Amino acid sequence: MTALKEELKRQIIEVLHLEDITPADIQDEEALFGEGLGLDSIDALELIVLMDKTYGIKLADPKKGRDIFQSIDTMVAYISEHRTK
Amino acid sequence: MKKSVFINGIGAVTTQGIWRSEFFSEARVLDHAINAAEQPAYKGFISPGAIRRMSRGIKMSMYAAQQALGESFVTIPDAIITGTGLGCSEDSDKFLRSLWENDEQFLTPTSFIQSTHNTVAAQIALQLSCKGYNVTHVNGASSFESALLDTLMLLQTGEEEHVLLGGVDEIAEQTYSFLQAGGYIKTGSVRETVKTSVSPGVNYAEGAHFFSMSAGRVASSYAEIIDVKLQNELEGSQMRSFLQDFLTTKDLHPEDIDAVILGYNGDENDDLFYDALWQELPLATPLYYKHLSGQYDSCSAFGLMVAAFVLKQQTVPSILYWNEKIPPNTTWKNILIYNQYKGKDHSLVVVRAC
Repeated sequence: MTALKEELKRQIIEVLHLEDITPADIQDEEALFGEGLGLDSIDALELIVLMDKTYGIKLADPKKGRDIFQSIDTMVAYISEHRTK
Repeated sequence: MKKSVFINGIGAVTTQGIWRSEFFSEARVLDHAINAAEQPAYKGFISPGAIRRMSRGIKMSMYAAQQALGESFVTIPDAIITGTGLGCSEDSDKFLRSLWENDEQFLTPTSFIQSTHNTVAAQIALQLSCKGYNVTHVNGASSFESALLDTLMLLQTGEEEHVLLGGVDEIAEQTYSFLQAGGYIKTGSVRETVKTSVSPGVNYAEGAHFFSMSAGRVASSYAEIIDVKLQNELEGSQMRSFLQDFLTTKDLHPEDIDAVILGYNGDENDDLFYDALWQELPLATPLYYKHLSGQYDSCSAFGLMVAAFVLKQQTVPSILYWNEKIPPNTTWKNILIYNQYKGKDHSLVVVRAC
């Protein structure tokens, strides 16, 4: 689980071009959108592609994204349960 | 009655660094096949949240636009007009590469959104909250002049008071490698300048140049734009009428032109056209700039910076003279800029001291 968290943080930093941010700067329970990391709707689309491309998870229902993308913890929990890659 | 149009502010990010008073005195002659623009520190100019998605062309333009507006004390222009040949080609490269590598799946939105030619003008408008006229002209080597023509029409008719005019093109690795393979750009190992060029192709580069244009003159104005003329194709034999027809409409004679800024780029087929035009203006002092800017579709905006600088400062930096024999000091009143590329997209611009 810890390894997956680290891997996911590195992927998010790379895909979203989060300059000057390291995996250590992203707290596991921190909000990814809004107040926390400050991601926006375009980033959400990038995360959907990331889930599909890297873990084989297709998010057909965008409403689910709101819960899944709350934090690193929620993303890792969902990936662990649904990954096909 | 047509209003006069003035350049009241300039901003640029180029191979010679950012626009500044020492821009030409510190300039160096380019001798690489592909020359990247010297990047300024963007922190403080662009928010961290926005900058992470921006390609070089967008970042350079955001910086140059703010520099030009700041110099002219214009907060929000009435219109934003840009010219670009290849647009945001770095993101186009990324998007197409992603299409290819992922078998047309997993396409991410950012590079697609930012790959369009009008991204630059749109991003500046978003940054400034400018809801006015916003247009990008894409027309090869006369993209910038097309944007200039649009600007002139808006200002001369009094429809707008202040227009932010820009020309931008960026290096994109894949696109430029195609241009290199096609012989447009010199091979990577070649070290030639515009004047020492013997091999095929030219030295390419990138840059963003912005001008704060207004219908009113201010104490710090650089120059007045008199007019611009565009012609897609031209035979060498038509050069005389092309020039004279333009000058006549402006009540100018060849002897009224004090300097002619020519787009010599080291390709003999291109340079023939510049020789032909220069022959029609034997009394004008020939200047050049592509040895400093490099070639790219909107590089003639660099030529306009040269004209603006000379007319405001009333001096020509020695690095800009085409001839080694420098003429005696003179008063610089009317400057003609002539540009074309590969025998197409010919443009004439007359700029006058104010």
